[in-house]
Amino acid sequence: MANKQTTLAAMTAEMQSGMTIGIGGWGSRRKPMALVRAILNSDVEDLTVVAYGGPDVGLLVKSGKVKKVICGFVTLDSIPLDPLWRAARQAGAVELMEVDEGLFYLGLQAAAWRVPFLVARAGLGSAVLDNAPEIRTIENPYGDGPFADPADGGATLVAMPALRLDIAAVHVNIADTAGNAMVLGPDPFFDELFLGAAQRRFVTAEKVVEAGTLSDHGPLERVIIHRLMTDAVAETPGGAHFTTNLPDYGRDEAFQKAYVTAAKEPEAWAAFSQRFLAGDEDSYQQAVQAWRAEQ
Amino acid sequence: MSEITRADVCTLACAEAWRDAGEIMVSPFGSVPALGARLAKSTFSPDLVLTDGEAALVHGVSTLAAKPTELTREAYVPYKAIFAVVWSGRRHIMMMASQVDRFGNQNISAIGPHDHPKAQLVGVRGAPGNSVNHPTSYWVPNHSTTTFVESVDVVCGVGNDRAAQAGPGATRFHDLRRVVSNLGVFDFATLDGSMRVVSAHPGVGIDEIIAATGFSLGGLDEAGVTPEPDDAQMALIEQLDPRGARLKEIPA
Repeated sequence: MANKQTTLAAMTAEMQSGMTIGIGGWGSRRKPMALVRAILNSDVEDLTVVAYGGPDVGLLVKSGKVKKVICGFVTLDSIPLDPLWRAARQAGAVELMEVDEGLFYLGLQAAAWRVPFLVARAGLGSAVLDNAPEIRTIENPYGDGPFADPADGGATLVAMPALRLDIAAVHVNIADTAGNAMVLGPDPFFDELFLGAAQRRFVTAEKVVEAGTLSDHGPLERVIIHRLMTDAVAETPGGAHFTTNLPDYGRDEAFQKAYVTAAKEPEAWAAFSQRFLAGDEDSYQQAVQAWRAEQ
Repeated sequence: MSEITRADVCTLACAEAWRDAGEIMVSPFGSVPALGARLAKSTFSPDLVLTDGEAALVHGVSTLAAKPTELTREAYVPYKAIFAVVWSGRRHIMMMASQVDRFGNQNISAIGPHDHPKAQLVGVRGAPGNSVNHPTSYWVPNHSTTTFVESVDVVCGVGNDRAAQAGPGATRFHDLRRVVSNLGVFDFATLDGSMRVVSAHPGVGIDEIIAATGFSLGGLDEAGVTPEPDDAQMALIEQLDPRGARLKEIPA
C-alpha cells in the first residue's frame, strides 16, 4: 500500500501559477491554514481560489497571488467581515465569481461526478446570473412525456457548471498514511466534494497515524474521507489555527480579533505579517505561543 | 412586568411571520427574529424546527442566552442536510438586508458596482436559492433611505419583479412574506407585488415611515398599528431573552 505521507513543503511545491485551488472548510472553520500560510511564502501567482470563504481567502488575496475568487461569501463567522478581503474588493484588485452557496455545492458535486453541470432554481432572478454570465440556464427538457410535471412545464433553470479544481486541500482531525481521514468536528462541510472535484487531492491533519488504525481514534463513521479520494497527507498540528477545528481546538477568537485589527491598518498589518507569516509553519506556531503568553 | 419596548413589538411582529407555519425549519437572522421564532414556537406554532446554528436541530425551546452545551439536540443536520431542507421548501427564513427595495429584492453582497464595490459586504450567501425555494421574510433593524432603496445594488434575495422576469422556474416556490423593520411591518399583497405598509409600530407616524423609505409605499391609507405583546407574551419574551439581546438591536 502506498504511503501518502508527505510534507507541507512538498504539497506547496506542486502548486503552479495559474492553477485553480479549492480550499475546504467553511468560513472560519476547519480551514487548511497551514497550507494557506505555506502558499503565502511560495512564488505562485494568478491563482483562482474556490472556497466557502474565510481568512484563507483574505490572506491569499492580500498576498497578491490571486487573480480570481469563486465563492458565495467571505466571513470570519464570529466577526462578519474579513478586512483583507474587503480592501482587495474595494480596490478592484481581484475578480469575483459570486455564486449562491447551494450552487457552489452543486458545482463541486458536478465536477466530482464528472458531469458538465447540475440543475437548480437557485440563482434565477438574482444578480448571480448578471455578474457571472458564464453561468448558463437550461430549459426543462421534461415539458412532456411520462415524467413531466406540469408546474415546471415552461421552466428555465440554472445549469451550474462543474467547478473543476487543479488542487484541493482540506484539513481534518486525524488521517492515516494511506490517505483515509477522520473528521471529528460537528460538520464535514463539503470537503469530500472539494477532493472529488480536484486532480490533486491534499489532506492536512492534526495527526497522522499508521494505516488501518483510524478506528482506534473514533467512530469509523467519522472516517468520511477515504483513500480513493486523496493523494497526499501531511501532519500539521495546529494547522487550522486560528479557525476552529473541534474537538482539537475551538476558534482562537482573541487571535482572530488581533488579525482583524491588524488587517485594518497598513503599519499594523506589516508588523503582524512580519511576526507571524514571514517564516515557516513551525515559526508561525511558535510565534502564536509567544503571543498567547503575552496576552 | 416591565414596560413594552419597540424591541418587544418587533419581536411579536417577527413571530407573527411564522404563525400557523406548521412543521418547518425557521432560520432567523438577528436577535429580534431569533427571539420571535422562539416566541412563536412557545405559543402559536409549536411544531417549528430551530437549529443550534451549527449542525443540529434543537429539541424544545431554548433561551437566547443558552450555551451550546445546554441545548438538547434531536437530529443531525450538517450543511448538506440544510440544503436538502432548503430545496424541499420546508423552511421559512428571515434574513437581514443591507438594502431592500420596492419589490423585495435584498442585498447583502456589496454596495456600489459589483466589480469595484464601494463597500464589500458578506456576499450573496444562500439568499438567491432561499428566496426561490421557500418562504422568505426580512428583518431590517435600521429603517432608512439607505436600507429601503428604490432598487438594490446586487440582487441576492430575489424580489417579486425579478422572479416574474425569470419565469416559472423562479416563481413556482417564490414566496415573499413580510418585512419587519424598527418602524413597521410591510408585505407585498399588492396588484404588482410591490411593498405595502401593513402597520406602523406604536409611536411611529406614517410620515416617519415615508420619510425613511427611498421609494413609494402602498397601503398608506389602510395601515394599522402593530399589535403589542400581551402579558403572557411579554412574560415569555423576558424569559426567553434574559440578557436583553433584543434591546441591543433595538434600543429602548
